[in-house]
Amino acid sequence: MLTLYARRRLINAIGLGISALAMLFGLIWLGWILWTLLANGLPQLSMAVLTQMTPPPNSTGGLLNAIAGSLMMTFLAALIGTPIGILAGTYLAEFGQRGWLAPTTRFINDVLLSAPSIVIGLFIYEMYVIKIGHFSGWAGALALSILVIPIVIRTTENMLRLVPNTLREAAAALGAPQWKVINLVTLRAARAGIITGVLLAVARISGETAPLLFTSLNNQFWSSDMNQPMANLPVVIFQFAMSPYQDWQSLAWAGALLITFSVLSLNIMARVLFRQKSTTY
Amino acid sequence: MPTFLREVHMKRHNLLDILFRNITRLSAFTVLVLLVAIMVSLIIGSLPSIKAFGFRFLTSAEWNPVMDEFGALVPIVGTLVTSTIALLIAIPVSFGIALFLTELSPRWLRRPLGIAIELLAGIPSIIYGMWGLFVFAPLFAEYVQPWLIEKLGPLPIFGPLFQGIPMGIGVFTAGIILAIMVIPFIASVMRDVFEVVPTLLKESAYGLGATTWEVMWHVVLPYTKIGVAGGIMLGLGRALGETMAVTFVIGNAHELSASLLMPGNSISSALANEFNEAVGKLYTSALVELGLILFLITFIVLSLARYMLYMLTKREGSTT
Repeated sequence: MLTLYARRRLINAIGLGISALAMLFGLIWLGWILWTLLANGLPQLSMAVLTQMTPPPNSTGGLLNAIAGSLMMTFLAALIGTPIGILAGTYLAEFGQRGWLAPTTRFINDVLLSAPSIVIGLFIYEMYVIKIGHFSGWAGALALSILVIPIVIRTTENMLRLVPNTLREAAAALGAPQWKVINLVTLRAARAGIITGVLLAVARISGETAPLLFTSLNNQFWSSDMNQPMANLPVVIFQFAMSPYQDWQSLAWAGALLITFSVLSLNIMARVLFRQKSTTY
Repeated sequence: MPTFLREVHMKRHNLLDILFRNITRLSAFTVLVLLVAIMVSLIIGSLPSIKAFGFRFLTSAEWNPVMDEFGALVPIVGTLVTSTIALLIAIPVSFGIALFLTELSPRWLRRPLGIAIELLAGIPSIIYGMWGLFVFAPLFAEYVQPWLIEKLGPLPIFGPLFQGIPMGIGVFTAGIILAIMVIPFIASVMRDVFEVVPTLLKESAYGLGATTWEVMWHVVLPYTKIGVAGGIMLGLGRALGETMAVTFVIGNAHELSASLLMPGNSISSALANEFNEAVGKLYTSALVELGLILFLITFIVLSLARYMLYMLTKREGSTT
C-alpha cells in the first residue's frame, strides 16, 4: 500500500512520462515522413527532372512543365490575394473599432481560414470553369488566391496590432492625415510580419492539390497560356503516384521531395524573418 | 502658405482619407461576399440533386451512377468516422505535447520543438497520402492489423469493428493519418491557451505542494477548458475537410461496413475521385451537394471553435 504522497508522486511521474512520449510520438512521424521522402525521392532527382516535360507512361521525362505551372499559378494567386488581404487586414486593425463589419469579417475570416480547400475548388468550378467551358490556369490561380486572402488578413491584423499606438499618435501629432499615418508609418513598422504572412500563405498554397483538381486540372505538355488547363506539381504527383507505372511513381517521389522541401523552407524562412510568434491555425 | 492653398491641401487629404478608408472597407467586405458566393453557388449547383432526392439524399446508402440514384450516407458516415478516430488519437497526444512544451521542456528546447511540431502541419496533405499509401499501409497490414483482427475481432460489442482481412488501406488507416495531420493544430492551440494561465495561479498551486501533473489537471485545464475545446473543434474542422491524404488511403468504396478495417469513402475523397469523371447533370449535382453538406458541417464546427476561443480571450481580458 502506497502512502498518499508516494501515490501522487507516482501519478505525476507517469503523467509526465506519457507527455514526453507524446512529444516523441509527434516527432517520430515528422522524421519518418521526411526520411521516406529523402530515401525515395533523392535517387530520382536528376537534371532531367528539372529540364524535361512530364512523360507518357513507361518512358522517362521530367517535371518541368508542372514546376513552371505551379510557380505561375502560385505567383498569380499571391498577386491577387495579397493586396486584398493586406487592405482588409488594415481595415480590421485600424478602422475596426466600431460597427458590425469588422467583428463579422474577423469571424468569417477565421472560419474561412480552415475551410476545406476542396470546396473552394468546387466554388471556382461553379463560378468560373462552367462559364468559360474548360479548365484553365486562371481558374487554378483564382482558387488558390481565395486560400491566400484569409491567411494574409489574419497575419496583417495581428502584426498591425503589435505596432505601438504611440507611433500612430506621434505621426498624427505632426499633422499627418490618417492615410499617411497608416501607409507610411504603421504598415511600414509591421512590414516584416506582413511579409511573413505572405510567405506562410505561399507555403500553404504551393502544396494544395484539392482546389486545383477541378480548376486547372493538368496538362501533359508545356503550357504558358493561362487560359488553358495547366500542369502543376501537386496534381501531377497525385496522378503519377496513383498510377501503376514505375516511371511515373518515381517521378512522383521526386516531385514530392521537391514540393515538401520548398514548402518547409518557406515555413522556416518565414519564422526566421519574423521571430515573434505568428498564429496561422 | 496662403489660406486658400491650405484649405485645398486639407480637402485633398480629407478626400484621400475617405478614399483609403473605403478601399480597405471594401476589401474587408470581400470576405463576406466570398462566403455568401460560396454558399449560393454550391446551393445552385446542387439544386437538381436536391429536387430529385430531397431528404432521401441524406439517408440513402445507394450510390449508382448508372441508374442515376444517389445517396450521401456512405461518404457522410465515412467522414464522421475517420474524423472521430483522428480526434480519439489526436486529443491525448496533443495534450501531452502541449504539456511538454509549456511545463517540462527546458527553455532552450521549446522553440525548436515547437517549430518541429508546426512543420508537421506544413507538410502538404498529398505527401501524407503518398506516405500513408506506400509506407504506412503495408506495414500496418503486415504487423498491426492481423493482431487487431486476432485479439479484438472476437470480442463482443467492439469485435465487429475489427473484423475482416488485413488490407492496409481502409477507414482506420485514414483515421490514423488524419490524427497525425491534426495533432499540430490541436497541440499549438493547447500550448497557446496554456500559456495564458496566470503564473500566479500556477505558483499558488505549486506553493500548496501540488505536483506538476496536479497543477495541469486541476488548475490549468479547468482554467483553459473553453480554449482547449475550441482547439479540439478546430482540429475536427480540419479533419472533416481534409482531402488528399484520405483519398489515398481510404479505399474509395461506396459500401457501408461495420468493420473499420474495410475500405470506405469520405465526402472529400468522393469529390476528389469522381468529380472530373462524373457524366450527366444529376451525377455532378449530387457531388456538388456532397460539397455543400461538407461546407455546412465544417462551417458549424469551425464557428463553434472560434466562438469558444473568443470566449477564452474575452475572459483573459477581463481578469488581467
